[in-house]
Amino acid sequence: MQDAIEERKLHPAMVEGDHDFGTVSDRIGDLTLKKRTPFHWFIGFAIAFLVAQLLMVTIIYLVTKGIGIWGTNQPVGWAFPIINFVWWIGIGHAGTLISAILLLLNQKWRTSINRFAEAMTLFAVACAGLYPVFHTGRPWLAYWLFPYPNTMGLWPQFRSPLMWDVFAVSTYATVSLLFWYVGLIPDLATLRDRAKNKYFKKVYAIFSWGWRGSARHWHRYELAYLILAGISTPLVLSVHSVVSLDFSVSQIPGWHATFFPPYFVAGAIYAGFAMVLLLAIPLRHLYNMKDFVTKTHLILMGKVMLATGLIVGYSYIMEAFFGWYSGSQYEWFMIKNRIWDGPYWAFYWMLMFCNVISPQFLWFKRFRESEFWLFIISIIVSIGMWLERFVIIVTSIQRDFLPSSWAMYSPTIWDWSMFIGTLGFFFCLFFLFVRFLPIISIFEVRTLLPQANVHGRPQDFDENVLEIEYTYDKTDPPNS
Amino acid sequence: MSENIYGIMAEFDTPTQLVDAAVKVRDAGYTKTDGFSPFPLHDIDEALGIKRSVLPYLILTGGITGLLSALGLVYFVHVIDYPIIVGGRGHFSLPAFIPPMFELTILFAAFTAVFGMLFLNGLPSPYHPVFNIPRFALASREKFFLLIESRDPLYDYEKVRAFMESLSPQEVFDVPE
Repeated sequence: MQDAIEERKLHPAMVEGDHDFGTVSDRIGDLTLKKRTPFHWFIGFAIAFLVAQLLMVTIIYLVTKGIGIWGTNQPVGWAFPIINFVWWIGIGHAGTLISAILLLLNQKWRTSINRFAEAMTLFAVACAGLYPVFHTGRPWLAYWLFPYPNTMGLWPQFRSPLMWDVFAVSTYATVSLLFWYVGLIPDLATLRDRAKNKYFKKVYAIFSWGWRGSARHWHRYELAYLILAGISTPLVLSVHSVVSLDFSVSQIPGWHATFFPPYFVAGAIYAGFAMVLLLAIPLRHLYNMKDFVTKTHLILMGKVMLATGLIVGYSYIMEAFFGWYSGSQYEWFMIKNRIWDGPYWAFYWMLMFCNVISPQFLWFKRFRESEFWLFIISIIVSIGMWLERFVIIVTSIQRDFLPSSWAMYSPTIWDWSMFIGTLGFFFCLFFLFVRFLPIISIFEVRTLLPQANVHGRPQDFDENVLEIEYTYDKTDPPNS
Repeated sequence: MSENIYGIMAEFDTPTQLVDAAVKVRDAGYTKTDGFSPFPLHDIDEALGIKRSVLPYLILTGGITGLLSALGLVYFVHVIDYPIIVGGRGHFSLPAFIPPMFELTILFAAFTAVFGMLFLNGLPSPYHPVFNIPRFALASREKFFLLIESRDPLYDYEKVRAFMESLSPQEVFDVPE
């Protein structure tokens, strides 16, 4: 008995309630297929859709007028567009972390949250991608970023971090899409076999490629999935590292720092987990997914947030320390300007409150186990991560080497409308995803059930797939 | 009747039954066999004698192709076609080229992983004889199926049918072509 309790503590059940393969398929699949679209979906989608119109209006006005409608101007030539770009890209990182890195680490709890976390990644990257494209001022020439033979005889500059960024972000978006889609194939086959409506059946049949769950197919499928996870792991770490190189390869005090890549990656995962929690908590209530996204999941995500929050807090301290220790008067001036002497000092302290103080509550069980507090802390952290990018970007360039070119930065209404518009766009896409695709990976949740064990051995994804040990006669034909 | 039969399929309730039955099928010498399950079963690879796929080598090749094409691209652009000194770096400044080379390696490997997997699996296959069995729709839900194809060298309708019945399945089906 004691052993059973200890075992339960070490390996809490990832699926609660009394489920078998069929009920798991129905509970998740029926949201898409059978259940009436709930009223709250229409309300939520309508609001998100209206807010997304702000983005459309802004983009139309922006393309007509030019980027002068933004507050971005010398010396702060990189303001809201890059702040929001980095914020959105960072949010995406949690999705890939959950789907790839936690898979390699054999963390079973990632199984019930990976699907919507990966969807979140895709939509966040879509929002992020808008900013650099429109910040170029001539988005219709954005294809110049890609290397193609042209009559101008010009090529992109591959030594530039901005070019690296193009490659990193477009690869990241593509690989995330592939990874997400591969995970969807068996589930789309489930929906195909369950759908009553013949048009939906046809659509699901096309997108599931005629998947039939053959053992030979699963074998290659698992290999492909595991290797995708393996190559996505360095990819996701590289993306925010490359984003941080946009800053640290330049020579601006406050940007020119060697520790930017790990600092940015930790911040990205931090912000991303906050967003996953912001999506998971309402989803599990509104769609009654508490059996699959359990309290244990929320607690574990809270712990990841605390750990990454501590790394981020450490980075803030190191950033200030390096400013002083460098002995460079420009570096030290930047730190003073950022923290207490400059016009934006209040933002720095707001950032400290949001990102360093607020996650400390997660040390306590009372806060970690309360959905309400996790939700509140996630909102605060999301704001904090946005402030972090604001502080890094604006305070570093508003007062650079030459006092005669110092200036203040303030966003215009169009800066805000674009940002709020992308939030609407993001939630709009997310609502559509929730309506038309299974929000939790059905086939992977099946592997978590005790019934899935063959002779008591669990069947979840793990490294066993790479080590098939043949104990039988391998001659072909056998036994000859 | 046996001419237009694709194979004989048995339905099972649990993964353990399927794996145990698959072991018996392999031991009886059948090779053109397949198992169907709603989620991946590792033990069935060995039970059915499925050989390790060549997919990982394909992916490695894809990755190396990506790496070399990126190297070729940056070399052509910055050394051959448009040599220009930027930031005091030489024409062939390899460290600065690492990010694009890395990203293309991953990109090509990922494409090979996904489309290589689908290709080796023979997908898309909009039609397959197993879909002719109405109960097979449950293979994507909760049931487990085992198939012996009629092109198996040891195939003999009566024998295979009797053998399948002996595995104590839920039901045995003839799969029409």
